[in-house]
Amino acid sequence: MYPKDLKYTEEHEWVRVEDGVATVGITHYAQEQLGDIVFVELPEVGQRLEKGESFGVVESVKTVSDLYSPVSGTVTAINEELLDAPEKVNEDPYGAGWMIKLELADEGELAELLDAAEYTRMLEEEG
Amino acid sequence: MTEPLIFELSSPGRQGYSLPSLDVPDKAVEDLLPAEELRPEPPRLPEVSEVDVVRHFTRLSNMNHGVDNDFYPLGSCTMKYNPKVNEDVARLPGFINLHPYQAEETVQGALRLMYELQRYLAEIGGVDAVSLQPAAGAHGELTGLLLIKAYHADRGEARDVIIVPDSAHGTNPATVTMCGFKVRVVKSDERGGVDLDSLRQALSDDVAGLMLTNPNTLGLFDENIHIIADLVHEAGGLLYYDGANANAILGIARPGDMGFDVVHFNLHKTFSTPHGGGGPGSGPVGVKEVLVPYLPVPIAEKRDEGYVLSYDVPKSIGRMKAFYGNFGVAVKAYAYIRSMGPDGLRRVSEDAVLNANYLMRRLAEYYDLPYDRHCKHEFVLSGSGLKKKFGVRTLDVAKRLLDYGFHPPTVYFPLIVDEALMIEPTETESRETLDRFAAAMIAIAKEAEEDPDRLKGAPYTMVVGRLDEALAARQPNLAWRED
Amino acid sequence: MRYLPNTEADRREMLAAIGLESVEELFSDIPEAVRFKGRLELPEAMSELELRRHMAELASGSSDLDRFACFLGAGAYDHFIPSVVGHILSRAEFYTAYTPYQAEISQGVLQSIYEYQTMICRLTGMDVANASMYDGATALAEAGLMTTGITRRKALVISSTVHPEYREVVKTYAGGADIEVREVPYTDGVTDLDALQKAVGQDTAGVLIQHPNFFGNLEPVSDIGGVAKEAGALFVPCVDPISLALLRAPADYGADIVVGEGQPLGNPVSFGGPYLGFFAARQKFMRRMPGRIVGATVDAEGKRGFVLTLQTREQHIRRERATSNICSNEALCALAATVYLSLMGPSGLRGVAEQCLKKSHYTLERLLEIPGVTREFSAPFFKEFVVRVEADPDTVNERLYERGIIGGLNLGRFYPELDGCMMFCVTEKRTGAEIEDLVEVIRGCVR
Repeated sequence: MYPKDLKYTEEHEWVRVEDGVATVGITHYAQEQLGDIVFVELPEVGQRLEKGESFGVVESVKTVSDLYSPVSGTVTAINEELLDAPEKVNEDPYGAGWMIKLELADEGELAELLDAAEYTRMLEEEG
Repeated sequence: MTEPLIFELSSPGRQGYSLPSLDVPDKAVEDLLPAEELRPEPPRLPEVSEVDVVRHFTRLSNMNHGVDNDFYPLGSCTMKYNPKVNEDVARLPGFINLHPYQAEETVQGALRLMYELQRYLAEIGGVDAVSLQPAAGAHGELTGLLLIKAYHADRGEARDVIIVPDSAHGTNPATVTMCGFKVRVVKSDERGGVDLDSLRQALSDDVAGLMLTNPNTLGLFDENIHIIADLVHEAGGLLYYDGANANAILGIARPGDMGFDVVHFNLHKTFSTPHGGGGPGSGPVGVKEVLVPYLPVPIAEKRDEGYVLSYDVPKSIGRMKAFYGNFGVAVKAYAYIRSMGPDGLRRVSEDAVLNANYLMRRLAEYYDLPYDRHCKHEFVLSGSGLKKKFGVRTLDVAKRLLDYGFHPPTVYFPLIVDEALMIEPTETESRETLDRFAAAMIAIAKEAEEDPDRLKGAPYTMVVGRLDEALAARQPNLAWRED
Repeated sequence: MRYLPNTEADRREMLAAIGLESVEELFSDIPEAVRFKGRLELPEAMSELELRRHMAELASGSSDLDRFACFLGAGAYDHFIPSVVGHILSRAEFYTAYTPYQAEISQGVLQSIYEYQTMICRLTGMDVANASMYDGATALAEAGLMTTGITRRKALVISSTVHPEYREVVKTYAGGADIEVREVPYTDGVTDLDALQKAVGQDTAGVLIQHPNFFGNLEPVSDIGGVAKEAGALFVPCVDPISLALLRAPADYGADIVVGEGQPLGNPVSFGGPYLGFFAARQKFMRRMPGRIVGATVDAEGKRGFVLTLQTREQHIRRERATSNICSNEALCALAATVYLSLMGPSGLRGVAEQCLKKSHYTLERLLEIPGVTREFSAPFFKEFVVRVEADPDTVNERLYERGIIGGLNLGRFYPELDGCMMFCVTEKRTGAEIEDLVEVIRGCVR
């Protein structure tokens, strides 16, 4: 459910870092809570995001949730497939359901994120 | 049986209209309009006969449920019976066939009706003046907040925050934004009212006003309303009354007396005008003296020479819509007030509240009751227990009710109650109807325990089964295309 | 109390069932200080018979268009309404229903709205339409707000040839949202293109016009659309739906959002309301639209059905970030429009439009034969036109009234520079004989 190689936020986003590029999506828990995801709004490539800044929204039939950037950086790619097939976020949140790629501004920020064990504990505490 | 679209019934050359022949000298369209402005092809409308049209829409009506079909306990919507005589009198040519720009001398009956209705609503609301212009409740909210904005601007005060309780209708915060204000949310206390500590913290010199529904969306009367009003006024703010729930207070308590400065009424809820499948409504706004100078124009007035539309409001916020509001709806509300009289209106609220409390107690054993006190015209249950115990959600209960022949209550609102079911029986339902509905709700609660999957697959008896809302939102199909 | 079924016995038993003795106890939580102790000062209740007599008396205090021939338009149009429309609207399953929140029990209303949306798309040439707004004026105002949301700009440019009351509504709405509204003057009855060019800039979110405009004239829509586009502003024409049987679809001249007053489609003039605003847009703006929207979907067996969709735009979900606060719309008026358009079809609507066009042009031609009546503008027009009359317009209208005619609009009321001008509207309902009467009376007035 919560791969060990990823970092997590309290707002239920995940980050995978490879060669200074962070891939961001929402967690299994988040997609389950939202239910059928029907629409994803993503930023433009080239946009500069601060850690914690809203970069888009994810919508189910009757909810809207903001997406928050786990780290600071510049958007280098967005998952355009989600615009036509938002259900991929439900089906494969850590794979085909990824949302944006960021060129990291400060690798140090990664240390502030939760690891899989910490995130799982947080979910358990929230009940 | 589903019904084809009217477009699918189309057959080239078929027609459902007749027009008189042209009795003035004919000229070619091309001689009267520039060729480049002409449409190359006619709009692709259906080509059907009159019989096709009548049958098609009659069959569609058979796929719909209204108050005349059966009980419609949709919380916060006041689905009371819509008197037939009101429909008839509203269609009199002297109301329905008047042009809004006819000379005032030629529309005296209509202006008199508007003037009297303004007075009646002012009396019922305990306010000083009323505008009939807003077309619906949310439109009334917009009017009301613009009045508050104009009031502060006129006094040179920069206030840009409106306080809204967490139990509020979504129209409240949405209206706040439309008026360029910011929302500050206050919590509800354990009795379901505004939390006074939370309110005190929220109040400051940037607060323009507070929006409140009372009884609130939990169906509960806020017992601290006079304290709330004093606190807001002391902080320099004004109070807005969302009249969605006014059916509980007619002749019993008046928003003006509670301390509200501006109030809207929903004629399509409290005053029995039909909802029309989503409209037209009407949302007149009443104000205390302090806001009279800002009212939208025009207002019906009585003068020596007769009834007139007055535009003499120098600080008016302007116009909210073209012409004078939803006059046709106002006629029906006027007829209703004249039918009920002062005692009848009070009785309306008494019976609405009695019906709601009776039904609430009948159901409290089977569903969770988050606020256990006397309700007003409606009450909120929670399906939280059913969800935890049997995995059945409020949505499943609602869909199953369809199979029992009832329109479901409002669900998942207010947001502060988990798996909410908001039930408003209204005063026009008999005890037998309430018992019948209670029996259905109780049977469903038992089904949830014995056969939860039965509920999750409901409804079974409608023209369609449970519809895929996710598909509708993912691949929006909003207009028909031949392919 | 014919609408209240509870008898005294019912009330007693219901109270007993919940352990109370009096209804008063149910209101014990209302503080003394705010209780209403008196009796509402309202007229005493009437029986149904008394009410009917009273309402008939009130109604007879006005001169209705069943008895008077109407040459007045200006945003409220006396078109013919076939009997079928009223009969369908009287189906209680439609008019006593609420907004179709529970789709499976509301397929009738939902499908009719889907058909309505389709018809509005086909008339305007746009991709998507909503379930209706309060009226044409508020539809235009909401379209203006929508352009500011899309472009993130804070100014609207509106032509002074837009209905004066619509302009007021746009300003009221814009004022709330702290948006600037700039008005563009007219020349010869249409938007002044040079002035428009100057008014539209990098801060302009939307260019709002009416076509045919308030005076009935055809606007240079292609040029206006070009000016808007060049500045990156959105182009919002407010159109007469009947005219669309003859005139180019707004999509063809670059409209981004199209609105209009739907009253001419099967709805009575009703002293100004209820009417319906129609609202259509390009696909890419779909998620920015205000109001209810119906979409087609399927049930578990693949059967077609209809639901309210894209609801995350709306106030009940997005709350302070919603595209609008609108909740109730004008569904029953939209149903009237749908039934009307179904009956008329492409040829019927064209027939109505042609009669409006030809009768209004004939009326103008006849009026211009009168010395002392001159045409004010030279632009092509649809069903309304403006003439200057060498007589006081109010006096002309009084003389016309005596002959059973509701005359034209005294334009000085809205445009001081057009004092002495009258605007007449001629729909398909006006007969050759009524036109003769109009001409004769006016001839008498200017003599």
